[in-house]
Amino acid sequence: MANIGLYIELKDGVFKKSNRELLTLARRGGHNVTAVLFCPDVQPYLEELNGVRAVIHVEGADLSYQPDLYARTLASLIEEFKLDVFCGMHSAQGKDLFPRLAAKAKAGLVNDCLSVDLDERKAVKPVYSGKLLATYRVEGAKALFTLRPNVIAAEPAGANARPEIKKAALDGGDPAARIVDVIKSAAQMIDLNEAVIIVSGGRAMKAKENFALLEDLARVLHAGVGASRAAVDAGFASSDMQVGQTGKVVNPKLYIACGISGAIQHFVGMKTSKVIVAVNKDPEAPIFKKADYGIVGDLFTVVPLLKEELKKTLG
Amino acid sequence: MNIYVCIKQVPDTEASIMVKDGRSINEANVKWIVSPYDEYAIEEALKLKEKIPGSSVTAVGLGPERVQNALRTALAMGADSAVHVACEAVLDPAGTARALASVISADKDFGVIFTGRQAIDDDAYQVHLILAEELAVPAATNVLAFHWDGQKVGIEREIDEGAREVIEMSIPCVVAAAKGLNTPRYASMMGIMKAKKIAIRKVALPETGVDEAQNRVRLLTLSSPAEKPQGRIIPGEPEAAVRELVRLLRDEAKVL
Ligand SMILES: Cc1cc2nc3c(=O)[nH]c(=O)nc-3n(C[C@H](O)[C@H](O)[C@H](O)COP(=O)(O)OP(=O)(O)OC[C@H]3O[C@@H](n4cnc5c(N)ncnc54)[C@H](O)[C@@H]3O)c2cc1C
Ligand SMILES: Nc1ncnc2c1ncn2[C@@H]1O[C@H](COP(=O)(O)O)[C@@H](O)[C@H]1O
Repeated sequence: MANIGLYIELKDGVFKKSNRELLTLARRGGHNVTAVLFCPDVQPYLEELNGVRAVIHVEGADLSYQPDLYARTLASLIEEFKLDVFCGMHSAQGKDLFPRLAAKAKAGLVNDCLSVDLDERKAVKPVYSGKLLATYRVEGAKALFTLRPNVIAAEPAGANARPEIKKAALDGGDPAARIVDVIKSAAQMIDLNEAVIIVSGGRAMKAKENFALLEDLARVLHAGVGASRAAVDAGFASSDMQVGQTGKVVNPKLYIACGISGAIQHFVGMKTSKVIVAVNKDPEAPIFKKADYGIVGDLFTVVPLLKEELKKTLG
Repeated sequence: MNIYVCIKQVPDTEASIMVKDGRSINEANVKWIVSPYDEYAIEEALKLKEKIPGSSVTAVGLGPERVQNALRTALAMGADSAVHVACEAVLDPAGTARALASVISADKDFGVIFTGRQAIDDDAYQVHLILAEELAVPAATNVLAFHWDGQKVGIEREIDEGAREVIEMSIPCVVAAAKGLNTPRYASMMGIMKAKKIAIRKVALPETGVDEAQNRVRLLTLSSPAEKPQGRIIPGEPEAAVRELVRLLRDEAKVL
């Protein structure tokens, strides 16, 4: 039975939804699971952590994310608690933290995994922008993996078995790179990496103002709003909204592409979406070859209709 | 300042990638390019050089012989020199990082090292940060803005929900570029001519003390993902089609 460690990511004190996917992965197969949380108080999260053997509660005067301090703390916890396999999410923070940890813990790391075999230390991940899948095995004493959000169907935590709580202290050294500020985006956006539904617009949106149409639709669906590179380059959407090879790789349950042609560089960013819907006025648009459902029509007609219909259905 | 930029050569994004013998890709007919994020890294390195009199940019690339072409691209854009770590073997990300670190740390005066946030072939998302750890210098990844005030480096990097972290670092340090950091320049005719005359320094992998046997991450298989069956176009006038779409999303696909 392997000792599995999990890095539980909190965002402004909120338990990220993707942690449940990580917990689901680790609870399968009866492993000895230890969850690590950096927070002033673990009580609010214990419900979510049922079924985990132990919780390591990392305390400190200032627990705001500093990659160097977090990585040093985790590297020593991995050593002390003999966490042979340590997993986190392939989130903005995971991407920043895990490679540093890999170097410090002298462990092999595979990022952005679609599935992980914790016993065999094997993982499958997309390579060549999702054109191929690679299976890797991590050798050596310790193995690290980060999991792509939304690939594992999260199962609820069992009602029994409260974890044992152990305390640890945040590394007290100086961070080499210091995060001095976090600037929030003015718009209250849903993180595309975590979004369950994404509504995306392309060059056909024609103007920045027209993205309000997609935002209205997104509000009904509790969806994030994405964009093609053409829309970003034209200034209709901000660069953090770009989906695709040079933008974000997203993995929602539902992806609605409006006025997007479906170029390969866009497709690789959203191809693993469970269901793809395309709205395009050109019946020959390549996106229709990739979409599960398509509507041939003008998005300026279809999108408002879709919003009204969904409002009726979803109440 | 001795500025460095690490570049990886990767297949063109348009290339269709085929698996050969289950473990590697068929390289016949593949067009090779500088990984797009590394182009942003080159551009930012050149911009920094232009600000600091007497500074230089050295491009470093690890891989087989063909990697020299990628290094020529960097030279043509304006890099002053290039180092090719000749390596036919497949190294894991940590091995790659250690080999790059060995080359860069041989220069006692290395300053900012620019890289991409990921290479678009193996999408490993880690060589740059392991490189920084090996060199024991600070690092920031997914960088959208870079400033140098003569003393320290200030960067902004994108995190979730469009938010940005503002980071301060001393030099030397590693800065890994995201799209949006800048617009890479094209090589001028003169740049291309000049690049042809620059000798690329070659370092054999054994000189770095790294070899394939040290790999901790081992590739077992490569395969093509299952293709999605072709979807369907919902016919009818917009009102009817939309009504049917919502029904399908709810009852058939069960995603609402
Ligand atoms: C190295 C590289 C990296 C790239 N990375 C990315 C990336 O990360 N993400 C990305 O998206 N692209 C990327 N691209 C660009 C990509 O190749 C395409 O150019 C881009 O995706 C096209 O965007 P689009 O579909 O919005 O525009 P277009 O291709 O112009 O398509 C617009 C579509 O809208 C339809 N349309 C027009 N009017 C209407 C209307 N009123 N109603 C309905 N439909 C309408 C048209 O029929 C057309 O299909 C990259 C390219 C390169 C070379
Ligand atoms: N073989 C290589 N040669 C030079 N630089 C590399 C190499 N592999 C990775 N890098 C650098 O590390 C970054 C991240 O790569 P990766 O971790 O492979 O996604 C790239 O954008 C490059 O700047």
